[in-house]
Amino acid sequence: MSISKKIVDDFVANDVSFITTVPCKQLAGVIDEVEARPEIFHIPSNKEDEGMGLCAGAFMGGKRPAIIMQNTAIGVTINTLATLTQYYRMPLPMLISYRGELREPVACQVEMAVHTKALLAQMNIPTYHFHKESDADELDAILKYTFMCNKPVAILTDASFWGGYGDQ
Amino acid sequence: MIRSEILREIAPILNPHLVVCNIGLPSQELHMIDDNERNFYMLGTMGLSSSIGLGLALAQDKTVISIDGDGSVLTNLGTLPTIANNVANNYILLIIDNGSYGSTGDQPTYAGKKTKLENVATACGCENVVVCQDVDTGAALQAAIDSKQMTIIVSKCDSGNIKLPVITKDPVVIRDRFMTAVAS
Repeated sequence: MSISKKIVDDFVANDVSFITTVPCKQLAGVIDEVEARPEIFHIPSNKEDEGMGLCAGAFMGGKRPAIIMQNTAIGVTINTLATLTQYYRMPLPMLISYRGELREPVACQVEMAVHTKALLAQMNIPTYHFHKESDADELDAILKYTFMCNKPVAILTDASFWGGYGDQ
Repeated sequence: MIRSEILREIAPILNPHLVVCNIGLPSQELHMIDDNERNFYMLGTMGLSSSIGLGLALAQDKTVISIDGDGSVLTNLGTLPTIANNVANNYILLIIDNGSYGSTGDQPTYAGKKTKLENVATACGCENVVVCQDVDTGAALQAAIDSKQMTIIVSKCDSGNIKLPVITKDPVVIRDRFMTAVAS
């Protein structure tokens, strides 16, 4: 089974039925899988804070939401995480492409990578880092944890996890 | 009319429906005029009233009205294409367009200058865009609710604020009672 399918299976098994995405080369397979599943309403957003607003509304409407985005979005969404998701105590799994880690070809991506874990730690956001494919075995438990504690939770998935970037 | 006068006039129309209200003075005014469990007050996060309302409308069947401002829509302009391309016929976005950032001291917005949010919404693909004057907001809102078609209303009014206290309710209490109302 492809890792993208396994990830989305875990979302579906945990009743996540509203997912917003911002495009990413590494996450393209997961985004395609989200789009293909009838159990999930897929709503692409133009910016990640907008996506978090959509997720907040969907959660209050009775759906379990999730967001799929790049780690650069942490820089975009700090205020939304603090004043909406955390302040109103809402759950939000964040499946994050961890650009700028090992095997990264684009130097500028490293500039946000070096801040990513520090920012998440500063925000007291529980953070998991998938480096090997077997790390994804924990996703089911991470999703259960997220909806148990009503917090945003970060799942960083690096290039090694996705098998690199393919031919450069 | 200024925004608080519009809110006072449309409060009975809003009352039976789910309302997501913009940060700052709009929420404080609605809270003072007609606090009820169907109102979700934003205490922070400028710009996301329309996004929260759309997510809520897509997740359940009750009518949802997002009250937003021209300044807040400009902050999150990407919301308009998302709204246009994800039609929820139980969703109304009411933009109270006073051409200024009211909560921060009435600095002018670009919507008060050359930019026409109704044209932006139309260009983004929104199909039912209604422009009205302040005094006609109630009629436009009621018509939008009755139409059961997703509608963007741009209500043109004067800038100006009234003095009133901040909302001291706990955010989790606001959210919890709102979710209970949504689920009822």
